Amino acid sequence: MSKHFFGDTAVLTGRSLSHILRSPDTIITTAVTPIALMLMFVYVLGGAINTGTGSYVNYLLPGILLITIASGIAYTAYRLFLDMQGGIFERFQSMPIARSAVLWGHVLTSLVANLVSVTLVVLVALLMGFRSGAGVLAWLAVAGILTMFTLALTWLAVIAGLSAKTVDGASAFSYPLIFLPFVSSAFVPTETMPGPVRWFAENQPVTPIVDAIRSLLAQQPVGTDIWIALAWCIGILALAYGFAMATYRRKIS
Amino acid sequence: MSAEAATGAGREPAIRVQGMEKSYKELHVLKGVDLEVARGSIFALLGSNGAGKTTMVRILSTLLRPDAGTATVNGFDVTADAQRVRESISLTGQFAAVDEVLTGRENLILVAKLRHLKDPGTVADDLLARFDLVDAGPRKAGTYSGGMRRRLDIAMSLIGNPPIIFLDEPTTGLDPEARIEVWQVVAELAKQGTTVLLTTQYLDEAEQLADRIAILHQGRIIVNGTLAELKALLPPAKVEYVEKQPSLEDIFLTLVGTNGKGGKDTNDGSGKSSPVTTESSKEQS
Repeated sequence: MSKHFFGDTAVLTGRSLSHILRSPDTIITTAVTPIALMLMFVYVLGGAINTGTGSYVNYLLPGILLITIASGIAYTAYRLFLDMQGGIFERFQSMPIARSAVLWGHVLTSLVANLVSVTLVVLVALLMGFRSGAGVLAWLAVAGILTMFTLALTWLAVIAGLSAKTVDGASAFSYPLIFLPFVSSAFVPTETMPGPVRWFAENQPVTPIVDAIRSLLAQQPVGTDIWIALAWCIGILALAYGFAMATYRRKIS
Repeated sequence: MSAEAATGAGREPAIRVQGMEKSYKELHVLKGVDLEVARGSIFALLGSNGAGKTTMVRILSTLLRPDAGTATVNGFDVTADAQRVRESISLTGQFAAVDEVLTGRENLILVAKLRHLKDPGTVADDLLARFDLVDAGPRKAGTYSGGMRRRLDIAMSLIGNPPIIFLDEPTTGLDPEARIEVWQVVAELAKQGTTVLLTTQYLDEAEQLADRIAILHQGRIIVNGTLAELKALLPPAKVEYVEKQPSLEDIFLTLVGTNGKGGKDTNDGSGKSSPVTTESSKEQS
């Protein structure tokens, strides 16, 4: 690791954060779709959905947060792709800087941008009647899971951004990720689903993550969900990071 | 550390390439290139599109690994000692490598910070003044004209005073005025002792700027010498008297008033009006 790694990462994170500050529409766009989904599910479909719990917005929010992150990370792939299209990427690569700092700058920016989008969505949920009596520790645990989830998906986005041939390709990979919560316990209990779909829903990463966050916010015991959730996040993160770095090395040498 | 490195490598030429080869899959782009660039000189690599000029520059600036052969830049091997090479060089690629969202000043500060300089703000302000970009400094680089963008691009490359600068087709796509501006900048650089390797497909650009010219053709250097040496390869110039029509470029530059820029213009004029060789008279008829 280069001696300038942290300094260079900070400088490059500052650079891409100022991109976001100058076009805050990327954060708004990221938050708008999940908010619209939340409005539709709560006020249109929610009346007909029986989750066996009280407030549907409380039930729904964890899944909506994951959708927010899944659509937010598409911008990381997009921004990385644009850097490579223009000459700026090569300029950085020909300079005596820590080479992975170029990627970490984008990853940390993704973390900050998604944090802002998620906060916006939670604020709207509060207006719609979302309530939680969860204490500081539980909220910290939720923040921790969401951070791990964001990091894992962001490194996936880095792979997409590095290997895309077109702008559309750079962000298209996120569509299945956005769709994944629909086939999970995010909107309806998995017990209502037919056999194979139910099996998929119960064994894909979104369900334990959603269940863990939901239990934490509802002050219920999280059981093994939280460990399965973390295992998924860390597993995806490690794999995605490895592939992203390998792709990056191929790209720059 | 870098000062010691510079003196240690002082006797070496700035750039030395031996037997360099590079292929992209089936396409054999470089087929054994040898060249040397002396310190403080301007070296032009001339060639048509696809001759391998950019590949050469990308290898020398550590963006690409050669398949065979060796290359040293500032005395450091481009594959074994890439980080030291990066400390010695600056690359101005074919497409202006500026951040369009940031302002001109912020672009300069960004590079100054990444070069770990003490006072990035002052560095930026000095360069804005030197490159006539003071008024444009607070504006987004995305709003700049092609020439301004190129000037900013080159200014970014000068930060940290790297001893060797690569300019890959620095004037491609620029209008004639902007081209002359870039030429002035390059001449200025060489005066201060920076080694410049530039690639170009414009013969007159090489003629204007370079101390030495190499022609890269189909993956090999077919000629390498000073302008005088290259001219000596042709049949002796015949003196013919041809009525000199102003070129469209002359007309353009006169109309838009670039002749206000003093010494530069007379230079261009004398270059054009000298007795023409048979080859250039063919061009004009």
